[in-house]
Amino acid sequence: MSQPIHLFDSDDPQERIGVYVCHCGTNIAGIVDVEEVRDWAGQRLKDRGVVVSRDYKFMCSSLGQEMIEKDIKDLGLTRVVVAACSPHLHEQTFRTAAQRGGLNPYLTELVSIREQVSWVHTDKNAATDKAKAVVSGGVERVIKNQPLEPLHVPINEATLVVGGGIAGIQAALEIADGGYPVFMVEREPSIGGHMAQFDKTFPTLDCAACILTPRMVSVGTHPHINLFTWSEVESVSGYVGNFTVTIRKKARFVNEELCTGCGICQEKCPKKIIDEIYEAGLGYRKAVYTPFPQAVPKYPVIDKPNCTYFLKGTCKACEKFCPTNAIDFNQKDELITIQVGNIILATGYDLFDPRRIPHYGYGRLANVYTSLEFERLSNAAGPTNGEIVLRDGKTKPKSVGVIHCVGSRDRNYNNYCSAICCMQSLKFAHLVHERTGATVYNFYIDIRTPAKAYDEFYQRVLEEGTLFVRGRVAEVTDAARKPEEEGRLIIQVEDTLAGKQRRIPVDMVILSAGLEPRKDAKATAHTFGISCSADGWFIEKHPKLDPVSTMTEGIFIAGCVTGPKDIPATVSQGAAAAARVMGRIQQKEILLEPVRASVNPDQCSGCRICNNLCPFNAITFIEDRMVTEINPALCQGCGTCVAACPAGAISGTGFSNEQILRQIDGLLMLNLEYMSEAAELVPA
Amino acid sequence: MANQEQSRGDAPQFEPVIIGFTCNWCSYRAADLAGTARVKYPPNVRLIRLMCSGRLDPTFVMKALAGGADGVLITGCHPGECHYIEQNYKAMRRYMLLKRVLAQLGVEPERVKLVWASAAEGVRLAREITLMVEEVRKLGPLHWGKPNGQAAVPEAIETAEVTA
Repeated sequence: MSQPIHLFDSDDPQERIGVYVCHCGTNIAGIVDVEEVRDWAGQRLKDRGVVVSRDYKFMCSSLGQEMIEKDIKDLGLTRVVVAACSPHLHEQTFRTAAQRGGLNPYLTELVSIREQVSWVHTDKNAATDKAKAVVSGGVERVIKNQPLEPLHVPINEATLVVGGGIAGIQAALEIADGGYPVFMVEREPSIGGHMAQFDKTFPTLDCAACILTPRMVSVGTHPHINLFTWSEVESVSGYVGNFTVTIRKKARFVNEELCTGCGICQEKCPKKIIDEIYEAGLGYRKAVYTPFPQAVPKYPVIDKPNCTYFLKGTCKACEKFCPTNAIDFNQKDELITIQVGNIILATGYDLFDPRRIPHYGYGRLANVYTSLEFERLSNAAGPTNGEIVLRDGKTKPKSVGVIHCVGSRDRNYNNYCSAICCMQSLKFAHLVHERTGATVYNFYIDIRTPAKAYDEFYQRVLEEGTLFVRGRVAEVTDAARKPEEEGRLIIQVEDTLAGKQRRIPVDMVILSAGLEPRKDAKATAHTFGISCSADGWFIEKHPKLDPVSTMTEGIFIAGCVTGPKDIPATVSQGAAAAARVMGRIQQKEILLEPVRASVNPDQCSGCRICNNLCPFNAITFIEDRMVTEINPALCQGCGTCVAACPAGAISGTGFSNEQILRQIDGLLMLNLEYMSEAAELVPA
Repeated sequence: MANQEQSRGDAPQFEPVIIGFTCNWCSYRAADLAGTARVKYPPNVRLIRLMCSGRLDPTFVMKALAGGADGVLITGCHPGECHYIEQNYKAMRRYMLLKRVLAQLGVEPERVKLVWASAAEGVRLAREITLMVEEVRKLGPLHWGKPNGQAAVPEAIETAEVTA
């Protein structure tokens, strides 16, 4: 028979522990019997060092914090355990309170009895018992906590903005205007993003280009902005304040030093290609191109897979006609490494591909358009110069159906509301009505117009005579049943207000497609070490109170990367992220959690088992002393090497073996047994 | 004893105690999210926060089982999503080895479980906890090293001893 394994040392220094149990109003006290937990901790854990045990309505309030400070001073507490909410919410609060009381902040422990007990359990007795176990675990753990000092790390003043849409542009300009350097990386040849494709913006009907292009020019000419277009982020390493980023600057085959942006190469290039990105497949571009005339920067790129020279080895028309000899067919991709302190991700969205809903006929029926196609169709600089015509390029539609919620609010595709489609559809209705006089039908589930001047716009469109049919469209078909349906698109829909089925023949259908995360959002999230929700949108640190930060320090998010948004909200987020970054920069340095691994050279046997475990290259083997060392500047504190060391020579601060093993004891209430054992030992 | 503390009155049902190890970046946040969203799960699980599933020393699992836990739940970020690039793979390898060792010591494999849960998967974590509690409840208490007169070494080991 073996003795039960435990870590009870009779030579534990006697700590003086204070236990504080929070009611959180009724959030905790509604399920957990807080007074019982308080009394239990005070009595049963007395021998483990608990000298005071209190409860309070809101521990995080200033009165609650003062209670801790006072007890530290008056009762000489050496450890503090607070049983309240998640440490991710208030760990810092209570550490600071302890520090004000004169205690090292790391000698406190916040254990969660709200998120992990009262909010997830319904049985009051079981919840109270679990709360006791959780407190007991915290008390055992805190005995082994070590006083620590946070690590001070200087912050690099430069910021990387990924994505040159309106969110990224706003963020970059705010920071650069503040006098700090910005690197902006954009995947396409020009910045501008989706907004550059639009004609009018709702509800004011401003011309998108008129309000966007001045900002694009400011980015292009700003002394503090270093712009990398036709570039992508290859890898990111380091941590807040000190990121090292590798950017792949794809070969443009145009020497930016020599190019004047005159555009002769684009004129002379003989190869025409359908522009799937900027013109949404409705227009053409050349093999050497800038996506649109106001592009920033003005330098074109050569589309290698479509260029006749790269395909067949002859042509070089662009090179022949270039007045400054800027064409360089030998250009190679460049890898550029930069150092930045903070990163803002504003990589935007992709449009839902309506081909996934085959019964709406997109891709099969010629006159079914996506919302982005219609934006190009109605744009004065678009393929039809703003003429709203059918695919034949000449016929004006006499009636148009706009279908809302395509790919949104639909459990077959995306559950969420794409937020912009109602207003976008109303805008389309207005533009069609204004430019063609056609009858416009809007097929909607609900009309959502919550922002400033949105509902007024809806009223205006109603007054213009647009017809609204409430119901999800079942099908768009060209199979006519009556003579008047011949040659037209028939929209089959249940009118849920009139309670009847309708077949409405129209000439053109616009699918107001929803917004989706970028196809490569997961890969991007992985590159930058942040997380995506189940839908694929990036997760903010707090959905209400910290919407532009992520769980990863130093990485901020703005615009549609976190979910569908209109332009005003996107711009606000760009500015908000910039404000957060500038606040950081002005702190000059950042305090990092001192969770780091270190090797005790006296215990290290030099077995090298840990040597291959570190993905951050923090572990090196010192040949002449035959021991391993850990570089604390590179260590990220995951603790994998600590767990692997067979000699127990590696210790991890904040999450030491002693702390965790003790917490296990506490959670299993084994500590109560130590006490009875100890009590038995004393008289003997 | 934990179980005595827990079962007031005459609860006829066996209430297992499960120790759960969570990763600071994903599953601990999933537990927070389950709380914020008020997703319910049984109170049998008690969570410990680690910085990463890679921090999980198999000793912790042994210690929990030897100390009276009836099951251990190990959670971490999904493969490819580790906050520390790839340390969850190391946790997975250790888990595979640990399961073999535990089987040799006579512990049913269902008692130790590895679950991936991202910070967004509060519902999933709650579901996995509920499932595991039910599975362990079916297995009954783990009488292994409990200081209550039960054999510290399961009989299976003694009988499984092989002589050359």
